[in-house]
Amino acid sequence: MLNPIRGLALGLLASFALASAAPAQAPVPPAAVTGAAPTTVATAQPAKPADIVHAAPTPGIGQPTDKISLQPQETAIGHEAQRFHDYILLPMMAIISAFVLLLLLWVIVRYRAAANPVPSKTHHNTFIEVVWTLVPVLILVCIAVPSIRLLAHQYSPPKADLTVKVIGNQWYWTYQYPDNGDFEVVSNMLKEKNQVTGKERPRTDADGPRLLAVDERMVVPVGAVVKIITTSNDVIHSFALPAAWVKMDAIPGRLNETWFKIDRPGVYFGQCSELCGARHGFMPIAVEVVSKEQFAQWVAFKGGTMPGAKPANNPDATSPNSPAVAGSGTTPPVATDTPVAGTGEKPPVTSQPAVAQN
Amino acid sequence: MTDIAAQPSAFHADHDHGHHHDADHKPAFFQRWFMSTNHKDIGTLYLIFAICAGIIGGTISGMMRLELMEPGIQYLPRWAGTDNFDVALHMWNVLITAHGLIMVFFMVMPAMIGGFGNWFVPIMIGAPDMAFPRMNNISFWLLVPSFILLLGSTFVSGGTGPGAGIGWTAYAPLSTSGSAGPAVDMAILSLHLAGASSILGAINFITTILNMRAPGMTLHKMPLFAWSVLVTAFLLLLALPVLAAAITMLLTDRNFGTTFYDASGGGDPVLYQHLFWFFGHPEVYIMILPGFGMISHIISTFSRKPIFGYLGMAYAMVAIGVVGFIVWAHHMFTTGLSVNTKMYFTAATMVIAVPTGIKIFSWIATMWEGSLSFKTPMLWAIGFIFMFTVGGVTGVLLANGGIDNYFQDAYYVVAHFHYVLSLGAVFSLFAGFYYWFPKMSGKMYNEFLGQLHFWVFFVGVNLLFFPMHFLGMQGMPRRYPDYPDAFAHWNKIATDGYMIMTVGMVIFFVNVIWSLVAGKKAPNNPWGEGATTLEWTLSSPPPYHQFEQLPRID
Repeated sequence: MLNPIRGLALGLLASFALASAAPAQAPVPPAAVTGAAPTTVATAQPAKPADIVHAAPTPGIGQPTDKISLQPQETAIGHEAQRFHDYILLPMMAIISAFVLLLLLWVIVRYRAAANPVPSKTHHNTFIEVVWTLVPVLILVCIAVPSIRLLAHQYSPPKADLTVKVIGNQWYWTYQYPDNGDFEVVSNMLKEKNQVTGKERPRTDADGPRLLAVDERMVVPVGAVVKIITTSNDVIHSFALPAAWVKMDAIPGRLNETWFKIDRPGVYFGQCSELCGARHGFMPIAVEVVSKEQFAQWVAFKGGTMPGAKPANNPDATSPNSPAVAGSGTTPPVATDTPVAGTGEKPPVTSQPAVAQN
Repeated sequence: MTDIAAQPSAFHADHDHGHHHDADHKPAFFQRWFMSTNHKDIGTLYLIFAICAGIIGGTISGMMRLELMEPGIQYLPRWAGTDNFDVALHMWNVLITAHGLIMVFFMVMPAMIGGFGNWFVPIMIGAPDMAFPRMNNISFWLLVPSFILLLGSTFVSGGTGPGAGIGWTAYAPLSTSGSAGPAVDMAILSLHLAGASSILGAINFITTILNMRAPGMTLHKMPLFAWSVLVTAFLLLLALPVLAAAITMLLTDRNFGTTFYDASGGGDPVLYQHLFWFFGHPEVYIMILPGFGMISHIISTFSRKPIFGYLGMAYAMVAIGVVGFIVWAHHMFTTGLSVNTKMYFTAATMVIAVPTGIKIFSWIATMWEGSLSFKTPMLWAIGFIFMFTVGGVTGVLLANGGIDNYFQDAYYVVAHFHYVLSLGAVFSLFAGFYYWFPKMSGKMYNEFLGQLHFWVFFVGVNLLFFPMHFLGMQGMPRRYPDYPDAFAHWNKIATDGYMIMTVGMVIFFVNVIWSLVAGKKAPNNPWGEGATTLEWTLSSPPPYHQFEQLPRID
């Protein structure tokens, strides 16, 4: 969508950035291409970056099971909420329900007409009425304290390492990476083998479960505070990631913010959680958490740039504030590649190869 | 044959002995049922209407359970008669929309307020009829075109396919720019008519209860069912105009270029949600409060004991009604509310558990030291107390704004509101139906079939709705026609539960038909000394006009 003049200017800037960053780019740590065939050992010449090898999801993690429990939580907020649910709310609900059930069973047995033919005429007892008003109040206060604390924690995010703009569409998600050159990833659900038409890629088990697997996952670095900005292009959608205790509506004309920080690499699934029309049930969310090196490589593959890729940086330096390694900081021209083996990835279709970010 | 419509004075308690009619003089069929001004006949019409709507809404839920029985889309394309996948999926959204709207506006509300409210509030307060009998009639007859509009909307285009697929909440912009075609307009007009019907009914009940109580019946001596309908009527009166405004703005956004809910014109989609839930939350109490009233009478009757803590019970309902108006945004915890707003709505919502707890414990205290007999209405009432408790405690969980980042719009919510409505409101409806069936029809129901109905239905709905908690805990979202295979197990069990419940419903209808045809004649008071309200002093069925001489309450 760039107009020609802006495009020209950006191109100039990009070439400048490329030139100035060139010295920093030679020593790419091998970790940057973890597990992949050594296709992208960077040289002084811009090589085409390959896609990372996308991980297969772990059964039982980041996706539903038929267990009677919450999904395993992967964030600090998720752990706090899960503890609140498992150790306060669930016992409270069980105890109150059991207490009422026992009282009912007791009166049913003890005061059935055969056992108690003459009913009493009691209709009032101020003491007991005060008790069953105040005791619930105390129980609620005990719930409210951790509840309010949880809310406060959810609303005090640490400084963000990465921002992803999540845009709901009928019926797919797009993820924009404004910190990384503003490239965009379009994420569609993968269909089953018997449903694909034409050149569509069918789902494999490595992509994830049926109705959850997508062609392009949202990729974020491990341990990074990811700020999520949600909005929508049409109707209201809702971005949900149960394993991170995250759900935020994507509303047209509004920007909503939430965040998560996942400390374990892996694939985590969610599903659109606000009725958005016919294919509401068919626009899943898949978040892949990868190492910082892989993230940088993925960003490069997508034609983005890493912030903090300062020319003189030691490529191994990974400060908490810049989750990315500097190695792939520059962005060689991409596009026009063939799909990378093993992933079925199509070449990125996204905009300008080099948008000078810094 | 006197045209009673021409002589409204016939309704009043003055003794114009000169007239040739007596208390049981009934007009001809058409006049009696289509131009009715008799609260009992109108109540009967409401009940018949609610049963018809309940059959339709229940059938729709059966279609949904069938589709959800196994992973994958099996039935929707066939039902929609199309190969177009999107049109088939749109039909799913039409089903969930219709099920919600029908069960709320055309089953529970007409049965509780229109049916039992009309039948028994005037009798319980010792009044000859409602304050505005003609308005009572139009309240009912507005529902009929309203229902026809809603059902008719499924035959016209709603955007992707025929019918309005917007959910009962009709969130903008899915219900505005997201759904072209007249179906959504018809659904909105349907809600307008249903809302007008309810507002008129509410005015009628408030006027009746405040002005037409028998001599000596102060508000603090009024039966709890009348109290519950009074509170409900105030909720209706205050909440429904807000709904009317909200959906009128939907209508103008759709058709006249306004942008109330469109950010590109300075509006806000979230505004619609605030307005909708300002109505929507009181609405859930509208659906349950009359049930509270009925349960109180039934527990007291079959314990042969006066209700425990009468004043606490009455004012607990008032408190629930008042607090119910200031908790609406707990339905919107994921829309991007500020942290302080979320904290407030979390705390305010939890407060409602206190008066609700007072009611639960007072019912149990009523049974304490009573002499309990377990006739069918009592079974339903005891079932109600426990099931409503379960639905209530999950409500406390969902009240927590921080927790809702996980549970919002998941099946846990579906489980919660079906526990308080399908197992709460509907249990109280069945309890009331069996309790008053002898009074309304003059025939006794079959006790064995009634108890069988209870047990089969009880097992069925618990099997149907309890697994939904598990699905929600694993994150299954609402309003999905298909789900990842991990959810298959509990969905299959839920569908099994639906089928058991259906057997229970068949038993119910067999019982009703059998009892109407061959039931034993009901005495004035089949329940004994525990039944103390005024309806049991009348014959079964009551005379066409009761209390031509007002009863005097000590």
